[in-house]
Amino acid sequence: MGTENVPTNLHIDNFIMQSTTLILILLVLMAVAFQLGCRRAYNLPGLGCICDLHSLPVYHGFYTAIWCGVPALLLLGVWSSVQTPIVINLLMDDLPVMMTAGLSQAELSLVLNDIRNLAYGNITSGEVSRELMAVADHYNQLQQTGLAVQSVMVILLALITTALGWRFISPELRARNKVESVLRWLLLISSTIAILCTLGIIFAVLFESVRFFEMVPLTDFLFGLQWSPQIAIRADQVGSSGAFGAIPLFAGTLLISFIAMLVAVPVGLMAAIYLSEYASQRLRTYAKPLLEILAGIPTVVYGFFAALIVAPMIRDSAAQFGVDASSESALAAGLVMGIMLIPFISSLSDDVINAVPQALRDASYALGATRSETIRQVVIPAALPGIVGGVLLAASRAIGETMIVVMAAGLSANLTANPLDSVTTVTVQIVTLLVGDQEFDSPKTLAAFALGLLLFLVTLVLNVIALRVVRKYREVYE
Amino acid sequence: MADRPITTLDKVNASLARRYAKERRFRRAGLMAIATGLLFVLLLFTSIISNGYSAFWQTHVKLDITFNAEQLGIGDARDFETLSSADYAALIRTSLKKIFPEVRDRKERRKLYKMISTGAPLLLREILISDPTLVGSHHAIWLPADDDIDMLVKGQIDRTQPEDARRLNNQVIGWVDRLTENGVVEQQFNTTFFTAGDSREPELAGIGGAITGSLYALLVTLLLAFPIGVATAIYLEEFAPKNRWTDLIEININNLAAVPSIVFGLLGLALFINIVGLPRSAPLVGGLVLTLMTLPTIIIASRAALKSVPPSIREAAMGIGASKMQTVFHHVLPQALPGMLTGTIIGMAQALGETAPLLMIGMVAFVVDIPGGPLDPSTALPVQIFLWADSPERAFVERTSAAIMVLLAFLISMNLLAVLLRKKFERRW
Repeated sequence: MGTENVPTNLHIDNFIMQSTTLILILLVLMAVAFQLGCRRAYNLPGLGCICDLHSLPVYHGFYTAIWCGVPALLLLGVWSSVQTPIVINLLMDDLPVMMTAGLSQAELSLVLNDIRNLAYGNITSGEVSRELMAVADHYNQLQQTGLAVQSVMVILLALITTALGWRFISPELRARNKVESVLRWLLLISSTIAILCTLGIIFAVLFESVRFFEMVPLTDFLFGLQWSPQIAIRADQVGSSGAFGAIPLFAGTLLISFIAMLVAVPVGLMAAIYLSEYASQRLRTYAKPLLEILAGIPTVVYGFFAALIVAPMIRDSAAQFGVDASSESALAAGLVMGIMLIPFISSLSDDVINAVPQALRDASYALGATRSETIRQVVIPAALPGIVGGVLLAASRAIGETMIVVMAAGLSANLTANPLDSVTTVTVQIVTLLVGDQEFDSPKTLAAFALGLLLFLVTLVLNVIALRVVRKYREVYE
Repeated sequence: MADRPITTLDKVNASLARRYAKERRFRRAGLMAIATGLLFVLLLFTSIISNGYSAFWQTHVKLDITFNAEQLGIGDARDFETLSSADYAALIRTSLKKIFPEVRDRKERRKLYKMISTGAPLLLREILISDPTLVGSHHAIWLPADDDIDMLVKGQIDRTQPEDARRLNNQVIGWVDRLTENGVVEQQFNTTFFTAGDSREPELAGIGGAITGSLYALLVTLLLAFPIGVATAIYLEEFAPKNRWTDLIEININNLAAVPSIVFGLLGLALFINIVGLPRSAPLVGGLVLTLMTLPTIIIASRAALKSVPPSIREAAMGIGASKMQTVFHHVLPQALPGMLTGTIIGMAQALGETAPLLMIGMVAFVVDIPGGPLDPSTALPVQIFLWADSPERAFVERTSAAIMVLLAFLISMNLLAVLLRKKFERRW
């Protein structure tokens, strides 16, 4: 954790604490507003019978509560996001001229950092002058005042709008329709969060990747054969080159995924065939959930299993044949990843095999085919698109899988096809580049985002194709 | 007699044996595949349980401790300050010296003292602070042994190995055997493992902090993902017009469910930590990232639950004059809620086991203290497993497996709860 993060953290702590308290207060106010609205609807002057109201009194209550809560919450959100920039602007204007004279943008931000550090009682980079101390106090004061004004304003606004909403209540008020349209908007906004999330991923990863590609050319990244992201602090240090050729990572990822698919596809597919075509009802009820346990086990557990049990086992048995195997072999990671994917393939294939109409099987039996011939020549070809879709989904999982390879595959970027060697993958490199200290202007950190972008795109394409294939196939029989 | 011409039936009969053999082989291959899968399940569980069950016990040594004021260096003062900074290790040293008076060499003595955990003095401190009148008195107290001794007592250190290949030499093993003969070595239930935070010393390390961190993160996830997921499902299933926009949302949700979890970690790092400025290593950020990951699961399950409510319910409600909103919230939602809850529990179980995105946002720190809130730095249970799996000590292997057992116990009970919920509320219309 970099020390430069600490002051902003403390600051954001204050913000979060205050926001939580304000939200709780607003909730209480909304409950009160609800009561007031209900009462008002019941006791409207000149109201003979409750049936003269357009909406039920409950909706008048909700109406008032919405008036109370929504504008205040909006104000809270906006204020929280603009307060710090405004405070910093104010501070910059007030800074003594002698402190800012002749400073570049970078130096200025350093001064600003010092001020913040001082304001929260942390260690600063330089010597503390009296002016700096005064400015820090000023900064603190501004932030405190900002927070205080914020809470007053928010609560005041809530009270004003409640009164307003309360005034609007009349027998003709279409409170139910209004409440329902607000609710509908809330539902719509919720459903866009999924889209926002995707956009967020794309922009977050893309933005940092563009910065990376400004430093390292795209072609070097995509076609380079050398991966050693360490960049030396001193120029004369050994191995200071910092090569970002991702081919060894792709090769490693593909090798491990290939081994995994080699395990998962035959076992998963045969298990699905047996369960859906041969197995008795009893075996099906017990074996299926037992196999599906494998899908529910966290990947970190698989990683531990691979590193502790499988890797030594492979190394020992290789040694018996006189072959030298790395203790972090691609085989161990791939094997265990394959185990993880077995239930994935088997349950997806099971679904599509069951979806093949019985009439096709019956026709084949009528021609004298045995069961296995029916399966191989009729059922599997009919179910093939679905099975391929499932395999593609599993492959995209294998490529994106992280914990197994982090724990069982190595870090050294070897360009090899030998499964007993140690290889590294895209996900392993993302983790190693980003865990620990980070500076967001070094290509080393940004490279992780470029890898992430690539990973996202590849898995996205695989998923889109797989979903298309599966859907298209389903339409045939429905 | 002329030979009968070969008919198709003869050809079929001739090939039958071969075809039946093929059939049997195919069938056997299928059975083998299932057996392989089940074998892996068995292997996984037995290896983890056999490695980990012993971590629930910890070797303790009973020592005669005299709370000697002079040795503690506290004089007549009994205030909190003095008591907290007193020299409790000296008491343990004295007690050990009494048992092994023949050990005189300084190096050997150091080995002798190392048999008791470095956390033992803290234990004595707690005892004395809670009752300062104990000074001067004499007690037999069970103290945790060092992790190497613990491993020896549990039989994890091979005594037949040559001396320099072992972590403990013959002398230390002799001491332990003598203590065992005296009946002062005992394995007791390891409460530290469940209550403590992380530690470099295996005998002092626990999953208490990691579980708390996981709980805070899951709480954030639940509070955000459940309402948002249900609202999205309701909108898409009940209100959304069929147009490009809703198609786009649908495709999006399906794709998000298949995005590698580590990419969500990148998003969390870039968005929540760099842009918004939330603190690193905080369960709050972990919860936010896990929310984005579990949303698709909850949305898909909730939509399925809404779909299974028959249209007659909706038509009946509309027929007696309910508005669309009233129909959904008063009649459809209550019927679909069990299904939604089931999906949410399964989503939460996934979130609990997720590790990779938490590594990205810095929840892999070495955290000794139990986090007091969602903004404190902390780890999560699977991340703790990842951290311990890297440690070379034998005792950490044991504790990693035990932590995995605890994690799996949580996951199994959550999934069981989901199944029971489904069984109880499942309705056939």
